[in-house]
Amino acid sequence: MNPEVLSLSNALRSFGNLGDRFIEDSVERIPLDALLEGSTLYGRGSELRGRSVLLATHAQLTTAAALFELDGIARRIVLCPPELPIEHLPYVMETADIDGIVSDRAISCLGKPRPLYFSPCSRNIVPRETPIKAEVPTEWILLTSGTTGLPKLVVHTLASLCAAIPSHKSMGGQRTTWSTFYDIRRYGGLQIFLRAMLTGGSLVLSGQDESISDFLIRAGWSGVTHISGTPSHWRRALMSPAAGKLGPQCIRLSGEMVDQAILNRLSLTYPKARIVHAFASTEAGVAFEVHDGLAGFPCEVLQQSAGAEIKVQEDTLRIRSRGAADRYLGDDAPPIKDAAGFVDTRDMVERRDDRFFFAGRRDGVINVGGLKVYPEEVEAVISRHPEVHMCIVRARKSAITGAVVVADVVLRPSSSSPGHDAKGAQDDILQLCRETLPSHKVPAAINIVPMLMISGAGKVMRQNA
Amino acid sequence: MTTRSTVIEHFERVAEEQDRLLPALTDDLPLLESGLDSLCFAIIVTRLEDSLCVDPFAADETLFPVTFGEFVQLYERAVQTGSRAI
Repeated sequence: MNPEVLSLSNALRSFGNLGDRFIEDSVERIPLDALLEGSTLYGRGSELRGRSVLLATHAQLTTAAALFELDGIARRIVLCPPELPIEHLPYVMETADIDGIVSDRAISCLGKPRPLYFSPCSRNIVPRETPIKAEVPTEWILLTSGTTGLPKLVVHTLASLCAAIPSHKSMGGQRTTWSTFYDIRRYGGLQIFLRAMLTGGSLVLSGQDESISDFLIRAGWSGVTHISGTPSHWRRALMSPAAGKLGPQCIRLSGEMVDQAILNRLSLTYPKARIVHAFASTEAGVAFEVHDGLAGFPCEVLQQSAGAEIKVQEDTLRIRSRGAADRYLGDDAPPIKDAAGFVDTRDMVERRDDRFFFAGRRDGVINVGGLKVYPEEVEAVISRHPEVHMCIVRARKSAITGAVVVADVVLRPSSSSPGHDAKGAQDDILQLCRETLPSHKVPAAINIVPMLMISGAGKVMRQNA
Repeated sequence: MTTRSTVIEHFERVAEEQDRLLPALTDDLPLLESGLDSLCFAIIVTRLEDSLCVDPFAADETLFPVTFGEFVQLYERAVQTGSRAI
């Protein structure tokens, strides 16, 4: 074993005795020492040494198990989120130069023929002949939404992903059981997986088809002490009669703008819990945490934030930290950081007294329950409708998902005459969107308007919500 | 048209648009067992704001309804008190 290489398996071994630590989902609970000593890749994980591996499993738990075996072995691991459209797979594989696949399902539609090593994985843990021998710092690739609809491939390492995670010694030996509403194949969920593994805790994952109520009941029964999600995850949890089954010590929110209403509702429902909201993004990493129970963040964050330098420039939040991603994959990919190493989060903030509040996105990206929507992509679909003259897609505040997508549409003169069936046009446009776009990108409402404001440059004027 | 019938109409419309099978909308139906997800509820609340000119969820102190009956009552109260959307 090369002790110099930071890897998941090495980090877990450094604990010595893993005691009764575990990972569980809705199907089973697996002790961590069984994962470390055994193999879910039929004992053949080492055959993926040096390869660029697409990790595409049904269950989060099998992804977690494979990560132990592949980190420090594979050159690159692409974490494939469950909702990745199958038609995007060839692009992802081409961009990441994939030459190995780990999956518990059959994969078709792989694009051009390529030499591939396919490694099945399963929940069965078989004995391993030799310990996992981590030799290389593996690149961890996370997928995030892109303007064109194709995902962006964000390159991290275990070191950058763990930059904001406190050492397990600083946790004071406290035994924690983490859980998350996120999927661990997304940045927010991966942070919780790594926190649990690297700070001496256990982890309770949601099941693929598990209802929110069943998940909350199981999380409560499993003794979850720390649990994270987006404000939208939490709003949904609070609509469940099982919300009271949970007795967390600590609640974390991230991934979306946090409003005062959700903080108040959580503290009413869980009066004993510490409620923390964190600012993080896949590209910038975890920048800071807010502990005072108020929306926004205090100005002091700009002066003193552990592990990250934070500044506001041209009204957007910029972050420089060891937790930032290295780069995007792809030939024409733009740089993630500026020359000084700062990541422009494109999140606009405005100062009111001694506090900053989030005020939408510079690029107009709409955050619907933690999922990004680029208005231009939706506008391109709406503009295909023959009756549409021009349109603009914008965010509308939602107490359920933070924001929803709405569209203001000007119909062609022949379609906007009195007596024309505007309702029919609205329904047609919605139908076109539903046929073309994933559901979170489909406008919740289409407003037929007589005109839109045009800028001096001749473009429809966009207001950041 | 009553507030209740407006609410029912929007539930049914969104369920149809999202290809969800809606069970009978009885007052004791837990919302999370209605087959609708967060996005569906967000669409319903957005459209109800347009129809009824109220958004009771916008108030910071509103506790989330758990059953369909509580959801309807939330809107009936908001319409009566004229709690205007922000």
